[in-house]
Amino acid sequence: MTENKTKKVLIVDDDPDILYQVQLALQDDGYTLVTAQGHREAEDALSSVQPDLAVVDLMMEHKDSGLVLCQQIRRLFPGTPIIILTAVRGATGLSFDARNTQAKSWIQADSVMDKPVRPEYLRNEVRRLLRRHSE
Amino acid sequence: MESLRVLVVDDEVGMRLGVERALRDFAVRVADVNGDVSFQVVHAGSGEEALELVASQRPEILLLDHKLPGLSGLDVLDRLTDRQIERGGDLLTVMITAYATLETAVAATKRGAYDFLAKPFTPEELRGVIRKAARHVVLQRQARRLAEEKRQVRFQFISVVAHELKAPLAAIEGFLRIISEHSAGDDPAVYNHMLERSLVRLEGMRKLIEDLLDLTRIESGRKKREPTDLDLATVARDMAEGFAPRVAESQLQMRIHAIGPLMMKADRGEIEIILNNLLSNAVKYNRPGGSVDVRLERADHGVCITVSDTGIGMTGEEEARLFGEFVRIKNEKTRGIAGSGLGLAIVKKLATLYDGNVAVRSNPGRGSTFTVTLRTADGPGTSSRTPA
Repeated sequence: MTENKTKKVLIVDDDPDILYQVQLALQDDGYTLVTAQGHREAEDALSSVQPDLAVVDLMMEHKDSGLVLCQQIRRLFPGTPIIILTAVRGATGLSFDARNTQAKSWIQADSVMDKPVRPEYLRNEVRRLLRRHSE
Repeated sequence: MESLRVLVVDDEVGMRLGVERALRDFAVRVADVNGDVSFQVVHAGSGEEALELVASQRPEILLLDHKLPGLSGLDVLDRLTDRQIERGGDLLTVMITAYATLETAVAATKRGAYDFLAKPFTPEELRGVIRKAARHVVLQRQARRLAEEKRQVRFQFISVVAHELKAPLAAIEGFLRIISEHSAGDDPAVYNHMLERSLVRLEGMRKLIEDLLDLTRIESGRKKREPTDLDLATVARDMAEGFAPRVAESQLQMRIHAIGPLMMKADRGEIEIILNNLLSNAVKYNRPGGSVDVRLERADHGVCITVSDTGIGMTGEEEARLFGEFVRIKNEKTRGIAGSGLGLAIVKKLATLYDGNVAVRSNPGRGSTFTVTLRTADGPGTSSRTPA
């Protein structure tokens, strides 16, 4: 998958172990992976990197860090596919689904996946969204 | 200014107008909510009309004459009882009785009336009864509001706990799945790393659960406190010994400064929790080759424990947030340092039980000094620790 070398994937999570696992899941597809441990680091990264896709954790420094970050990415680079990874769906009353049209209006993400995510599901979702994005 | 609606139910128009006049410029001061309450009067000439107005106008106070054409005052009360339940008991009824007989009083109380007013009454008597009822309504509302706030705080706390436990679970589950599916290549070092990280995360979960149990035990007041005559200097030296391996590993120096024994009536378990949290922070957030100094001395009416480190320190803004629950200062320097975010909140709660407090002074990049003062094991915290 040499053509993927040019694809940059931004991975944001305040949990270093999840960052490691997401990296592991995606590294064989040959993307250039940029990692950020938390919202603030992600903001820094976005000032120098334009990602082709972002995988974003929901609860980081603040409960809504992930949602805020999604909005920032959408503003800076409209159309960039975003996957939200979360362990808190349901537990906090933050219950949503990116495919639901009503939720879509306020969650700026293409996909929401529960942690722990199966590596092959994540890999497929990243491939699908990148393909759709480049069409 | 808050305004309460008063519904007057009487078949005599003069009576209703009299009530309206008496309450027109009347205001009740409710000290507990720091505000005045005024009144808006609505009338009804019959029990039937009253029931309609209760539904449409939602009055807070009902001035109800017993003797009415058609439905009597007691009949109205009967019909209201069912609705009261739906409305959360918001409506307070004052019965007006021409002949304040005992039977009417008993019957009305059984149906939920709050107070009585015997006819004929003076405007002052009316205002007295209304004043009492208004205070009751306002305080009841405030109590309900506080209960709701408490419920919210509890809900938030549980949400955060759920997240703090689910995050390591997700990490561990992710690692175990990769290991069991052997999906990370053939390098055994990679799998060893995952096992090690899983163990570290499990340890973090265990610490969080232990801290949570400490915190809830302290807060609920269920934990039996056993104050004994304790030498804090000895306790501190014992604790320091327990820290020796970690101190050596980080090439730190830990010194206990105490002149002779420092006696105090205290619960050994509680003192150990305080020292354990402070010493563990001083070690965790230190730099290799740094030092931890623990000073124990007598202070006015109690003792003072000071723990100084030579670590990363923090900014004033970070200091201000430090003692809250689940507060962890997150920056490049604290990355990779594990913690439940509850340790200092626990220290603070415990210090309160000893009529004391905890404070921090810090210098970014130079170190922090935590000072705990403890006065007596029967601090004011003891009496206020009635289970919720």
